[in-house]
Amino acid sequence: MELTLAIAIGALTGSGVWLVLRPRTYQLVIGLSLLSYAVNLFIFSMGRLTVGAPPVLGPGGAGNPADYADPIPQALVLTAIVIGFATTALLLVVLLVARGLTGNDHVDGREQR
Amino acid sequence: MEWTRHLLIVPILLPLVTGAGLLLIDELRHTLKALLNLASCLLLVATAAALMHMADGTPGEGGALSLSYAVANWPAPFAIVLVLDRLSALMLALTSILAVAALVFSMARWHRAGPHFHTLFQFLLMGLGGAFLTGDLFNLFVFFEVTLAASYGLLLHGSGAFRVRAGLHYIAINLAASLLFLVGVSLIYGIAGTLNMADLAVRLPGIAADDRGLVYAGAAILGIAFLIKAGMWPLCFWLPSAYMAAAAPVAAIFVVLTKVGAYVLLRLTLLLFGATAGVSAGFGGPVLLWGGMATIAFATFGMLASQAMGKLAGYSVLISAGTLLAAVGLGDTAVVSGALFYLVSSTFSTAAFFMLIELVERARAPGADLLAVTMEAYGDETDEDEVEEHDDEEVGVAMPGALAILGVSFGCVALLLAGLPPLSGFIAKFAMLTGMLNPSGLGSPAEIPGRVWLLAALIILSGLAALIAMMRTGIQTFWAPLETIVPRVLVVEVAPIIGLLALCTLLAVQGGALLDYTEAAARALHAPSTYIQGVLGTGHPAGVSR
Repeated sequence: MELTLAIAIGALTGSGVWLVLRPRTYQLVIGLSLLSYAVNLFIFSMGRLTVGAPPVLGPGGAGNPADYADPIPQALVLTAIVIGFATTALLLVVLLVARGLTGNDHVDGREQR
Repeated sequence: MEWTRHLLIVPILLPLVTGAGLLLIDELRHTLKALLNLASCLLLVATAAALMHMADGTPGEGGALSLSYAVANWPAPFAIVLVLDRLSALMLALTSILAVAALVFSMARWHRAGPHFHTLFQFLLMGLGGAFLTGDLFNLFVFFEVTLAASYGLLLHGSGAFRVRAGLHYIAINLAASLLFLVGVSLIYGIAGTLNMADLAVRLPGIAADDRGLVYAGAAILGIAFLIKAGMWPLCFWLPSAYMAAAAPVAAIFVVLTKVGAYVLLRLTLLLFGATAGVSAGFGGPVLLWGGMATIAFATFGMLASQAMGKLAGYSVLISAGTLLAAVGLGDTAVVSGALFYLVSSTFSTAAFFMLIELVERARAPGADLLAVTMEAYGDETDEDEVEEHDDEEVGVAMPGALAILGVSFGCVALLLAGLPPLSGFIAKFAMLTGMLNPSGLGSPAEIPGRVWLLAALIILSGLAALIAMMRTGIQTFWAPLETIVPRVLVVEVAPIIGLLALCTLLAVQGGALLDYTEAAARALHAPSTYIQGVLGTGHPAGVSR
């Protein structure tokens, strides 16, 4: 499981970085989205990988903490996802405005000669 | 808990409520919105002053004090805390005073150039207040994002192709930096098992040697995220063009944004990797020192090479960022104390410069430089703006003797940026240089390492470069034109500039009071145990590891 997750995070980060370095605004948005998926998975993995362990204590009391998943990274991921959503939406608006004002989709507003 | 403790949450709640409330008011009622915004900013100044008094409150002993406020009434380190100490109180006061100045300036015309200016302005203040007060790494991220989200909106305020292009770069870079921030935070959490800064400081020395590398990696990635915001070379290329593109009042308030990065670096390096950190003590110091020096050198050349005044101001932001970072990297109490004084003085003077530029540009012939060309093009593109400018002809009181006032203000800003007497820029640089060259106090000579000499030389040379660049621009603007255009300048536009410069003069006259305060703040930063005790309570065992 660790290997699969590591490869997934690596692939997402690699593609994200490559896309962010591309000159088109659309590639930038997709690149940043991929990067944020990678980061979210990374935060999640920092709570250690467990299968079938609930993050919330049951009604019977605490019991053995090792039976539970760490709830904090899950809460952090949730926050990060929400913030990522909002900023990506904002970036999309700016992208459209830039497209309208400059007439092309190059990040510098003009084609490289 | 006495009621005064609840003041700690005011710098977050007040702008949040005001900003949300302003959304409900119709966009056409500019004056009402501006007045509400101003009232909120003035209340923030009062709160910040009260908080500064509270943080400085321990009589005698000159001891450090840090107050913590459990937001949901759960004890630290399990829940979110706000922490007040001298440094955060100082930053809050700086921000709120700057906010008043920028807001008053914007009331002349800028706040009408687009929707929701006042709401975004208040949200920016909320994010800044939260970032200065929080005692928790993840909340720091949240407040950073609030600040940045508001700053994206404000940077684009007024629209136009130039601004949108700069805004696109600014947003993309800051989004990438935020992702690095998250990676760093989660790495540190994964190893240390806490996000509370004080708890982290307690646990770090006990981290197993095998895991220490990962903590360092996390801290370094986190550091890069802050250095992007603080504008350290080579992560600073976005800064001059973004600040130049922003509307004048927005650029003025943005000056404090780079200082947030420097603030966090100062706080975290001294808390986590300070004297009590055991083997990890001093981690990151050399990077900050050499990076800061490289920033000063880069910005010095940038300043000499800039034609447009906006670029000049952008590079002066970088010089002050570099100086602060290098001082943090040096980590000496006296230097940090001087650097805090420098932070206050340079923030005020650069903000005044950004506002002054807009007024001085009006006196220049159209097309005098790139910025003017762009502004013209932008003015021609949008019809609404033309209408608004015609509106301006009728309202507001014009300033008599505009050119003289602008010229004198420009001279004052030049003195402040160059660090020449008699204004506060000189005292700030003098305090830092004294700390560097007399590390063990006056009269007891000590061996000065070469890197300190280099930093001292760079600080002085950057002042010289600032002076040359400012003189050249000043002569071109005020003396060289054959036919002088007397700009129409309103009182509300000149008042904040004069106010900020008067504050700098006051800092020069009453420099001792602020220096005492910054010295106490620097001493407290170098003794993190007070901060830790303030957050976790006195009985907390030190050195507990997971």
